Amino acid sequence: MELIFERSRPGRGSQILPPPDVPAAPIPAEHARKRAPRLPEIGESDLSRHYQALARRAFGVCDGFYPLGSCTMKYNPKLGEEMAALPGFTGIHPLQPAHTVKGCQLAMAQTEYALSRITGMDRFTLQPAAGAHGEFTGLLLIKAWHRSRGDEGRTVILVPDSAHGTNPASAAMAGFTVKNIPSTAEGLVDLEALRAACGPDTAGLMLTNPNTVGLFERDILEITKIVHDAGGLVYYDGANLNAIMGVARPGDMGFDVCHLNLHKTFATPHGGGGPGSGPVGCKEFLAPFLPGSALGGNGGEQSIGQVRAFHANFLVVVRALAYLMTLGNSGPAEAARGAVLNANYLKKKLEEAGYRSAFPGLCMHEFVLTLEGLKKEAGVSALDVAKAMLDAGIHPPTMYFPLIVHEALMFEPTETEAPETLDRAAEVLSEILRRAHEDPESLHAAPVSTVIGRPDETAAARHPVVRYVFPEG
Amino acid sequence: MGNFLPAAPAEREAQYAALGLSGPADLYRDVPEAVRLDGPLDLPAPKSELEVRRSMEALAGQNVRFSTILRGAGAYDHYIPAAVSRIAAKEEFVTAYTPYQAEISQGVLQSIFEFQTMICELTGLDAANASVYDGASAAAEAVAMCRDRKRTKAVVSGAAHPDVIATIQTYCFGSGMEVVLAPAREGRTDLTGLLDDGVACVYVQQPNFYGLLEDGAALADQAHAAGAKLIAGVNPATLGVLEAPGAWGADIAVGEGQPLGLPLSWGGPYLGFMAASQPLMRKLPGRIVGQTADAQGRRAFVLTMQAREQHIRREKASSNVCSNEALCALTASVYLSLMGPAGLMQVGEQCYAKAHYLADELCKLQGVKLRYPGPFFHEFVTDLPDPTDVLAGLEAKGILGGFPLKGGLLWCVTEKQTREELDRTVAIVKEVLGIWN
Repeated sequence: MELIFERSRPGRGSQILPPPDVPAAPIPAEHARKRAPRLPEIGESDLSRHYQALARRAFGVCDGFYPLGSCTMKYNPKLGEEMAALPGFTGIHPLQPAHTVKGCQLAMAQTEYALSRITGMDRFTLQPAAGAHGEFTGLLLIKAWHRSRGDEGRTVILVPDSAHGTNPASAAMAGFTVKNIPSTAEGLVDLEALRAACGPDTAGLMLTNPNTVGLFERDILEITKIVHDAGGLVYYDGANLNAIMGVARPGDMGFDVCHLNLHKTFATPHGGGGPGSGPVGCKEFLAPFLPGSALGGNGGEQSIGQVRAFHANFLVVVRALAYLMTLGNSGPAEAARGAVLNANYLKKKLEEAGYRSAFPGLCMHEFVLTLEGLKKEAGVSALDVAKAMLDAGIHPPTMYFPLIVHEALMFEPTETEAPETLDRAAEVLSEILRRAHEDPESLHAAPVSTVIGRPDETAAARHPVVRYVFPEG
Repeated sequence: MGNFLPAAPAEREAQYAALGLSGPADLYRDVPEAVRLDGPLDLPAPKSELEVRRSMEALAGQNVRFSTILRGAGAYDHYIPAAVSRIAAKEEFVTAYTPYQAEISQGVLQSIFEFQTMICELTGLDAANASVYDGASAAAEAVAMCRDRKRTKAVVSGAAHPDVIATIQTYCFGSGMEVVLAPAREGRTDLTGLLDDGVACVYVQQPNFYGLLEDGAALADQAHAAGAKLIAGVNPATLGVLEAPGAWGADIAVGEGQPLGLPLSWGGPYLGFMAASQPLMRKLPGRIVGQTADAQGRRAFVLTMQAREQHIRREKASSNVCSNEALCALTASVYLSLMGPAGLMQVGEQCYAKAHYLADELCKLQGVKLRYPGPFFHEFVTDLPDPTDVLAGLEAKGILGGFPLKGGLLWCVTEKQTREELDRTVAIVKEVLGIWN
């Protein structure tokens, strides 16, 4: 379809503003723009249709099953959208005096309280705008704490080899060196390797629990003790909290600091990549280091500073609070059980269909298939299977992650899917497996029903075209 | 109640039975007894939708909404056309994930490609990313882009937004870069004596925190003469009328995209944008959408240059950014498309003219004067005797006055305020300052 720039015609546009009602004032010549930006010139009716056409070429949770592992694509309640659109929230300037923003402050406090109860942490900051932003913030708390004790030599963050890529990237941004901890054949943290890696240079360990292969680290109390005994702190990556919220709390497992993803566990929509929100919780001893805001209220003397302007991705917090109120005291555990039940149900169906799980037995909220065997036998890869799912109107699972599993497909159905949706997905995948053996070529060609076939990603990266080039150059 | 599970209890029982499990407890066998909760959380009982609505509306009702907002300082009250919020609320955009699966995500990918193009056009630079969290984190990411082995210092204008300065400082606490604050002389950046061969970049804001227009070209020349990069923090709503940062020498332009159709929302979610000159393109953090083709030669868009990113490079990535502000970027694109070049120019001209009108009128009052000389855009600082009383007097009439600075107020006017509102404001200020006027 056309780009909006290709629909543009000189002189078109909408009259949005009235004529000026004050005397004209010329922009000083030395600052005035010499050449106007080539923004689209388009009437509102064509603009509206352009975006409708783009919407038809997008796929949201509203369109179908979205079992994207570690992303927790659960249903996004409509109430959250309406509450986030209340003028009493949207029309509030971030630097209004405190006595005029009591509702905002209360919404923040209620959210912080609920998250503290759910995680077993003492204090929260809602400043971070996404999960990775939260990781960075949490790691700076760890750094500041060690420094405050004069413990300057703690420069290493330990990260399991099954971790999300953001973990090592965040550690590097916070100035740490990353040491990888191998997983056991069972998919869990190797305790002996962890012990061997811990030492006087250990600043901390980052851990997702359940981990990225969908298993609960059953030695979690031993793991956190090993790190604490070595003088390090333990960071909880909340990407997978949906499996255990209301059932078990990171704060009770020995974690000192954590982030949560409101756009995963707490049902706020992903917006095609954001905005998210990545609150950070910590135990009381880390509270003095929490961020503040230069204009919106400073943190304490020992604060790490701030990681963004103003207070929070506030409207995301509003949506999450509406969800938290709905869950109340019993909803979190019901949601978590539903998520784990659905994951195990789909896992079993897929195993029965002939797929191989990377790790046998019960899983938590997600599970990983390995298609290594299928690749060898039939030459059909995880990518081929994923692309074939597109033709069936199902969003594929996360591909080629975690890195420790070959030809990995990672499914996270979430609790908001009905059994028949899982049944149908299992049928679709069963049929794809049959085709893999009988007609593998048809899978290499998939998808065939989408608006484009597989794009040439290599060419895109080698000769990057990252903006529209206007005909006149 | 209160969990959004679609399956009826009996259907869930059937699912347990299919797994050979007796119930929920069986699912959590691997969770040690010692950390398992044995009852509901210490939280209120679940609420129905109607109850939640009542509670949330009560919270919103506790905030004071000002009918006239003359405060900016990093968040700007512009008019948001109806089409912008309506189009951005389309469920397909709202509920999609990051467009990993290009074949079913062309809509999101194309919208980002169009956004990147618009940001390049506004800034006069070659490449833009898909967005980062906000203007402050965009500035901090830009500083990190400039670091190399020999150059580890960032010089940051003291006339930049305090939240931006603090965010850069926090990121540099992480990375170990040194931050040197350039003093503001008469409200404008002074780089004298600060630039040496250890400086990686200079960050300046245009217009700056006090609303003043900096001599961007001179600052860029100074930075370049020392071998440093110039990062410009710009307000995109000004770029219909103000010279593009790329044209006055910026190597990287970043900024807060909130003025482009995003509501004030007590500070977020907003939109950090980043654009860079060609040589720095592969150092940009976060998602970037590129154009390519499928096997049949059809135009296609994909996430590209992913070798920079955390999921591939892990600790060697250019940044840890994963989620961004895609929906806010889409909102800004709709705004820019609807306004077009003429509309954005009107916004800039009216902001400028109305701010100067208010400044002129206020300065006719005894005891009120502009704090800094020289050109300003749509914000300005006035010294005046009783800022607190002035703000209280305005608040009583539903007007949010300028942001209080020591002994003065930082005012902001956009195209949204009418002359009548500005006149009323001046009348109230005059009344409050009665003993002087």
